[in-house]
Amino acid sequence: MATLTDPPSSGFRLSKLIYDTRYRSYTFQFIALMALVALIGYLGSNLMQNLRAAGLNISYEFLGEPSGYDINQRPIEYDSQSSHMRASIVGILNTLIVAFLACVTATVFGVLAGVLRLSHNWIVSKLMAVYVEAFRNVPVLIWILIIFSIMTVSLPGPRSFRGEEATSSMLFDAFAFTNRGVYTPKPEFTNPIFTSGALNWLLVLAVLVASWYGARAIGRWATRVQEATGVRPTTWYLTLGVWFVPLIALMMIMGLTWVYPELKGFNFRGGIQIRGSLIALWFALAIYTGAFIAENVRAGIQAVSKGQTEAAASLGLRPGRIMNLVILPQALRVIIPPLISQYLNITKNSSLAIAVGYMDVTGTLGGITLNQTGRAIETVLLLMLFYLVISLSISAVMNVYNNSIKLRER
Amino acid sequence: MSDTELAFVRHDQIPEAPPPPSERGAIKWVRENLFSNVTNSVLTILSIISIYYLATFVVPWIMNGVWNTSSLAECRDILQGAKGGCFSVLSERWNQLLYGFKYPNDQYWRPTLAFLLLFAAAAPVMFFDLPRKLLIFTGLYPFIAYWLIWGGTILSPIFALLGFVAGYLVYARYVKNSFFIGLFGGIFAAFVAWYIGGKIVELLNIQNPTLEAVPSRDMGGFMLNMILGTVCVSLSVPLGILLALGRQSDMPVIRWICVIFIEFIRGVPLITLLFVANVVLAFFLPPGTTFDLILRVIIMITMFSAAYIAEVIRGGLAALPKGQYEAGDSLGLDYAQSMRLIILPQALKISIPGIVNVAVGLFKDTTLVSVISMFDLVGMIRGPILGAAKWNGVYWELLGFAAILFFVVCFGISQYSQWLERRLATDHR
Amino acid sequence: MKKSLFIGALTAAVVTGGVAGAATLDDVKARGKLNCGVTTGVPGFAAPDANGKWEGFDVAVCRAVAAAVLGDSEAVEFVPTTGKTRFTALASGEIDMLARNTTWTFSRDTDLKFEFTGVNYYDGQGFIAPKALGVTSAKDLDGATVCIQTGTTTELNLADFFRSNNISYEPVPIETNSEAQQQYLAEACDTYTTDASALAATRATFENPGDHVILPEIISKEPLGPLVRHGDNEWGDIVRWTLNALISAEELGITSANIGELSGGTNNPEINRILGTEGNLGEMIGLDAEWAKRAIMAGGNYGEVFEKNIGENTPVGLARGLNAQWTDGGLIYSPPFR
Repeated sequence: MATLTDPPSSGFRLSKLIYDTRYRSYTFQFIALMALVALIGYLGSNLMQNLRAAGLNISYEFLGEPSGYDINQRPIEYDSQSSHMRASIVGILNTLIVAFLACVTATVFGVLAGVLRLSHNWIVSKLMAVYVEAFRNVPVLIWILIIFSIMTVSLPGPRSFRGEEATSSMLFDAFAFTNRGVYTPKPEFTNPIFTSGALNWLLVLAVLVASWYGARAIGRWATRVQEATGVRPTTWYLTLGVWFVPLIALMMIMGLTWVYPELKGFNFRGGIQIRGSLIALWFALAIYTGAFIAENVRAGIQAVSKGQTEAAASLGLRPGRIMNLVILPQALRVIIPPLISQYLNITKNSSLAIAVGYMDVTGTLGGITLNQTGRAIETVLLLMLFYLVISLSISAVMNVYNNSIKLRER
Repeated sequence: MSDTELAFVRHDQIPEAPPPPSERGAIKWVRENLFSNVTNSVLTILSIISIYYLATFVVPWIMNGVWNTSSLAECRDILQGAKGGCFSVLSERWNQLLYGFKYPNDQYWRPTLAFLLLFAAAAPVMFFDLPRKLLIFTGLYPFIAYWLIWGGTILSPIFALLGFVAGYLVYARYVKNSFFIGLFGGIFAAFVAWYIGGKIVELLNIQNPTLEAVPSRDMGGFMLNMILGTVCVSLSVPLGILLALGRQSDMPVIRWICVIFIEFIRGVPLITLLFVANVVLAFFLPPGTTFDLILRVIIMITMFSAAYIAEVIRGGLAALPKGQYEAGDSLGLDYAQSMRLIILPQALKISIPGIVNVAVGLFKDTTLVSVISMFDLVGMIRGPILGAAKWNGVYWELLGFAAILFFVVCFGISQYSQWLERRLATDHR
Repeated sequence: MKKSLFIGALTAAVVTGGVAGAATLDDVKARGKLNCGVTTGVPGFAAPDANGKWEGFDVAVCRAVAAAVLGDSEAVEFVPTTGKTRFTALASGEIDMLARNTTWTFSRDTDLKFEFTGVNYYDGQGFIAPKALGVTSAKDLDGATVCIQTGTTTELNLADFFRSNNISYEPVPIETNSEAQQQYLAEACDTYTTDASALAATRATFENPGDHVILPEIISKEPLGPLVRHGDNEWGDIVRWTLNALISAEELGITSANIGELSGGTNNPEINRILGTEGNLGEMIGLDAEWAKRAIMAGGNYGEVFEKNIGENTPVGLARGLNAQWTDGGLIYSPPFR
């Protein structure tokens, strides 16, 4: 704002509210606030009138009532007698599952494609360019539908696995690829001491975390030795041991067995089923977003000035170490913020699950619950709130990160 | 030893020998670009194999394509089990794919003409070298396009235009006194003109207009995507500028309103906003009024893209050196003047590529309206066409066609954006 | 920006919306059009034909009401609605009535504040399965994958059926009928469940309808009928008695062919009352004397509408069954016109 020299104050006049820059901003803010309050009041009173006219009310009691419908993918215990609230939580977990899987896969695709696009190999870099342009310029909804159609039309139904003249067979007798999803063996712990499912996996997780710390300690030890003697000891077998020995030992103690999927009745039973709708959504989101991430990665690497590479080379670093020690740390500063907003996009785009019948939160709370209870305002509000919370928490993480890597200049 | 003993002295340069065959032409190129080391060779061979496999699927499918049957069964009879696409679904349903299934058949020339005119209208905005006078047509285009697509009496667009003219005249008359008096006076004048115009149209109540009126409900197919895309992008740019300025403002109330609005919209998926347009918005309107679903969707998508564009423009504003703001102040310009004359022209120039990116994303997102039972291109495919008994089971041809259509438009726009970026890369470097 | 402002201004200035208040009849008359909510497309019940003209069993009810109120069976604006949007569209006044094979249930009638004005089709939820699967009863479906179209009472009935029979299943929710059909034909699900009438209509479009059986179990009662908002009883009466007029017309033998002759006056006082040549029923309902005559002329009586859209000679090929007149052992029964 232009703040001009203060005119000699000669008492307050009403016209100063408009003409005096010192007061004008208060006038504007007051007007804006009043307009906002009026707008909200207007919409609110319309809502009240409409609801009264239709004899409806705003109430969240429906969340406690039995939902009455079944959900196929249930990360937690759920049946048709559970409440709408629980159905929403199942939906939220399903959203988080697909978003997490897609984020990891998209990062892998994106980094690969971004690095390969800068490759000196003409054919590879052109292929990657085609991939990036093809996926960036077509709506993700169309990709989801295409991949879902590939799943349902190209893969065989369970029936073709049955009988003497079966036209399809399982891979290694362990994996079945059907148009209802992919079935894989499922680990189960048979030792009677370890019966609680969740606790077992927590135990596995704890061991993995411990291994990670162990591996890091070995790395630090190697660095210390190198700094003291100039020779880095060979540690790969130690690291490998730290990762695998405790894990295998734990598995043996817990009595790990694999339950293989078997064709029983109409479907494969046993094992883990990764449903077609999940796969379609997961891969469509991953491939689509991967194309955007590839562009971010490429831009990040190109943003590091060529002088850095040359300086590192003149210091005598090998190409691999140049990438690891010089280019990537600088490129990451450019890559990570857009990468996180791509993760945000994946989470938001996962709401397209509705197109393939994957029961995410838009499918349960914003889909069947909305249809069955007719509580449009309440459910849509809750739905928005959920996505808002996710987005804001990811943005908060991003801000913390941005502040931590901010270049400290001057 | 004498000089004469020198057996041979070359006086002139030998002619340049050609480089060895492995170091020139195609061979050199192949060696350097495809087989420079082991990893590269493996990658090259893998790529060629995958391209070959893809081609064995796609090429016969396209080459054997059938274009002139009236149902899937007929098409499969012709193919006799050979691999081939039933592209006849595209030729038979061509009009439905482009215009939806309700737009009057004999009126298809109207949206087509409007689409062609769009290029003429967009050209002066997109290419700065064209004569500035062409911008007059750009200004008139929305009214022409509205009249062409929706039809009805020509008086409505004319009065709408007159409203803008009246608003502008009032603005031009009073802007010298104060920007805000001019602005609000102009808006007021425009609304008065629209009100009077609306009354006149209502009174005249013309029964047989030149162009048959087509209700919004009847819009569909790719035309609907185009309408939503262009209308929402052109509406959301000014809204986005206002939001960006509001977010940069010194006034805390206005800043917080803008921040909350932007972050809220950016935090929720577009699909929930479409649900709002579809099932919730009606409850917030005064009892007794309803308006078109297409209009409600336009409002929601505009709000959505305005929030994203506001963030792009905020980036542009932040990228300007502080000296530019201070220079504006030191010249004695007030806020409106310094924004209009100094800050925004530069900030917008920086933001154009970002805005184009948002526009492409938005255009792609218009396919989401198929989820709320509107029959855009994807909605037509998923609903009436795949639902028809004759074409039940034709996926690739239809989805591939939709993908190509979107690819052509989006790729074209992003190429333009890159060209523009190169053109504008003149300063701030 | 100009365009949309302009559209907005135009909407405000020129277009007058429907009113969600008490006097729907006055609004419809003032508008000159009836806004009628239908499905986005179920063959036989409501679907646009090749020229975009809506046709079907539910559509005929809309047309009859339009003919009774406005005198023109074409004065209908058909608003396609999904399972998600139909109730909001009705509650918000976007549509005047909903004729979208909607099941009459307690909670919809009371909690959602709608008024069902009768039943135009008695339906029930059934299953379709490929013959090759060898399933003869829905109770054999233990462990099967079941495709469901979401947004209806179907999901709830299905959950109840499998729970009460203590067998398990895997639900696959699908948005539209056509996509459910694709999934079913690609064997991504073993069986597809929805209203039996829609199953018959869907099977009719298959390449080899004979390869698929509709299982004998009907797991729910689905009385389908038109509905209006609570609280506008006059309008509800008009929709209710238009439907009843179509039903009574079949019972009394009034057809679109002989209606001109019958309206000259007959010996049957009830026919005379319906056709407006005797008594003042039209006046009581707030319309003119010939309202029912126009409604019947719009598409014929109930039986004619049925035969033309979903009867045995159409691709849908439904038998009258429960939907025969009560005199023929069915459930279709109109209260008397007097």
